[in-house]
Amino acid sequence: MNIITKLLTAIRGSAREIGEAVVDTQSLRIFEQEIHESKENLAEAKSGLTEIVAKKMAAERRLDSVKSEISENEGYAVEALGQDNESLALEVAEKIAKLEAKAESQAEELANYEKNVEILKSQIQEAEKIIAEHERELAMVKTRESVQQATKSVTQTVTNNDSAIGSARESLERIKQKQQSEQDRLEAGMELKKELEGDDLDGKLKASGIIKDKHSAESVLARLKKK
Amino acid sequence: MTSIQQLTNQITGFQFKGHTFSCLRIQGEQDVLRVEVSQLEEMPIFITVTDTQILCISYLFRKDEIHTDKENQMNQYLLELNVPMPLSAFAVIEDYYVIFGALSRGSTLESISDELVTLAQNSIDSLQALEEFIK
Repeated sequence: MNIITKLLTAIRGSAREIGEAVVDTQSLRIFEQEIHESKENLAEAKSGLTEIVAKKMAAERRLDSVKSEISENEGYAVEALGQDNESLALEVAEKIAKLEAKAESQAEELANYEKNVEILKSQIQEAEKIIAEHERELAMVKTRESVQQATKSVTQTVTNNDSAIGSARESLERIKQKQQSEQDRLEAGMELKKELEGDDLDGKLKASGIIKDKHSAESVLARLKKK
Repeated sequence: MTSIQQLTNQITGFQFKGHTFSCLRIQGEQDVLRVEVSQLEEMPIFITVTDTQILCISYLFRKDEIHTDKENQMNQYLLELNVPMPLSAFAVIEDYYVIFGALSRGSTLESISDELVTLAQNSIDSLQALEEFIK
């Protein structure tokens, strides 16, 4: 079962109880131990790989030296034949045949090392993948537990103190009231600005004589004249 | 590594995008920090620090505060809102619908402040957006 499925099962089922672990402490410890052992095995496999790679390189060097010995002796055999020294050529040919047999077995040995290196490398890769996967699972289980503990503490805080969290309706009303009073303040500000601007305009109109002052001496005199 | 104590000291008096933070440390089995973001005081945020993360939670409403017949529809909306909503996600803790954000313990003071302001704003906006579902 993958870890998400396990978590979901825990949430769905009887493990709903707060604080109940998805994986009990005992199996968590076993799991941690398994990861630890896998890591040790991995370290061993890596040092084993280094050893085999070193052996492979030595085998390559040996094969190269036999091959160059073969070509050197082939040169001698050709020279002996050139001197019509058949028996000497045969002696060299025998040596070449032995060297060729040696080269063949060394090539086999080398191929064997190469195969082992490949196998070890893929094993190491596989082990690293598994360890990473296990560590992710462990982290998820541990995170769930610490989160559960954390949310438990928070919920206790929230429920212990009734004033800490009111009903959603109350919060909504408070939010609305605040937004309304902010809106009112904004509108009042606009109103005030408008009035001030209006006053200013009145002043300008009066100054230019377009609006006449009701209580000017001029208007009093005009009224008196009418009488 | 940030502890609740360090967080309290850093955040108190810090200003972020015109907001300040008022903190109340609640000691218990696991310490909880109650934070009010100025101008967004209606929805306080509760912070806990775990091994791996800083968890910030704001409580929206209790399950029994929702119209039962509309619960499924609301849950569907919440799932759809989760991705486009900046920095926060919806969740259920016991009987409560919450909105939360999780941060690395290596987060800077700016990142934490950004999270808190955004979370408080998201919390207020969500409550208003979900009004039709609340009894």
